[in-house]
Amino acid sequence: MIATSVSAVTIFSILFLLVYFSSPLFTEGRIYEIFSLQWQPFGGKYGILPMCAASLCLSLSALVLAFPPAIGVCCLIYALAPRRVAQFFLSLIRFMTSIPTVVYGFVSVFLLVPRVRDCFDGGSGFSLLTATLTLSLLILPTIVLVFHARLEQLDPTLRLTSEAMGFTAVQQVRHVFIPAAGEGLVIAAVLGFARAIGDTLISLMLAGNAPQLPHSLFASVRTLTSHIALVLATDSRSMAYQSVFASGLILFLLAGAVNLLIRKAAKKSGRSPHA
Amino acid sequence: MGKNGGVSTLLVLVLMGLLFFSNPALCGDLDSFAGLEGTINIAGGTAHIPVMNDAAKAIMTYNPKIRITIEGGGSGIGVQKVGEGLVDIGNTGRPLSEDEISKYGLKSYPFALDGVAIVVHPDNPLTGLSAQQAKDVFAGTIANWKDVGGKDAPIHLFGRDEASGTREVFWEKLLKKGPVATATNIVPSNGAMKVAVSQDKDAIGYVSIGHVDQSIKALALDGVAATQENAMNGSYPVVRKLYMNTKGEPSKLVKAFIDYVMSSEGAEIVKKHGYIPLQTK
Repeated sequence: MIATSVSAVTIFSILFLLVYFSSPLFTEGRIYEIFSLQWQPFGGKYGILPMCAASLCLSLSALVLAFPPAIGVCCLIYALAPRRVAQFFLSLIRFMTSIPTVVYGFVSVFLLVPRVRDCFDGGSGFSLLTATLTLSLLILPTIVLVFHARLEQLDPTLRLTSEAMGFTAVQQVRHVFIPAAGEGLVIAAVLGFARAIGDTLISLMLAGNAPQLPHSLFASVRTLTSHIALVLATDSRSMAYQSVFASGLILFLLAGAVNLLIRKAAKKSGRSPHA
Repeated sequence: MGKNGGVSTLLVLVLMGLLFFSNPALCGDLDSFAGLEGTINIAGGTAHIPVMNDAAKAIMTYNPKIRITIEGGGSGIGVQKVGEGLVDIGNTGRPLSEDEISKYGLKSYPFALDGVAIVVHPDNPLTGLSAQQAKDVFAGTIANWKDVGGKDAPIHLFGRDEASGTREVFWEKLLKKGPVATATNIVPSNGAMKVAVSQDKDAIGYVSIGHVDQSIKALALDGVAATQENAMNGSYPVVRKLYMNTKGEPSKLVKAFIDYVMSSEGAEIVKKHGYIPLQTK
């Protein structure tokens, strides 16, 4: 109860602060400048739409890439693999969650960036694709653990019943377990997405940070989080710095929207999600 | 306590003796730190870090009661942190704006001159660019190495972040505030720039001359080599001063640090890292 109210107060004060700091933009009618496609702070252009697009593009691609294998791994752990193997996989996934983001980023700079540059002949290797690949690796354990937790909550008699009816293991997974844990899929996807859109280091180190619309997989792009990290160091009364608060607000609203999605999914199933 | 003090004095004496015999250049600029203790926190420009590190090492070896911490972050962070009192010295690779000085009440101490060099991968056959070519390359109007006398390969542009002092001097003095290609990859420090350019055969970027080493190649500009000699004699135009900044008057310890960096020993350190010490009064 206390924890809930503390976190609620925290969330609202963050929102209030962001709105408060962004308000000069709204009142001075400079919001058009922020919602435009050009970021050239030295030419007086402060558009952050390219960053919004890049954030969405990167997180969605990482999710699309990570989701199917993550669910596959879940099914292996839960029903298909022998007990020992399943245990091993589960420990491996748990270990992956403890690897610091910066390690992924650093290793990718030296291993993945040159490969992407040489294989695809499309730019410097710092690109949407590079960041997507690394980011999908980062969010995979999150998706696995969330969905696996949901599977663990299934009624154990489900397994006995389906076995008694002569289902093979694969059929059990396809026709019994996954449908029964349906809302777990949504929650896992949504949390994976939230983890991806909130990550700063991977995109800062690998995506190239050019403030342009993501027009190809090999384009250098800048996410909202990288943008905030880069611009926070500038003079705190410049227009560029003001755009940081707008970026923060957009990120916050996106995270909020994602949260609502989770609640909706949980309501539909009549359970409260365990994340 | 007293015993400990005796031991550390002895240690310092032994160390001083060692230093004295091993390095005759050390003459006594460190004496001002005798009897001082406390912490100096430094943050900001990444071009300053090698110099700050060596100065800190010498001072902390001379007097272990002094702790000096050094962080990067770039010029913008240097101004912010020192202005808000989070650090004692904020480093910038550019002069402070009137705005910054009046807002925070900062004092600037220029201590070195530094050039900004255009850099490429060591395997790049190119040895130099004209100023106009450099402008066109960074504006994105020249996008292939063969148009400036290199091989047939796309140019990968690397630039620095909005808060960088290196970027500011490069953009003002070389690009003459001209356009910069939107597709430029942005890296957040001199070190990151070095890593990016040394990894990519088709890359072009720019770093402080003090950071140029074997892993990257500095290009001549209009036939003038990007060296500190040429920066000093004025023939290489893309130069800037490196500053230490304090909020108001520095404390005795911080003042001693600043004086040390500007002393003849400090000047040796500055030179060792490829910058040019500024003559102090």
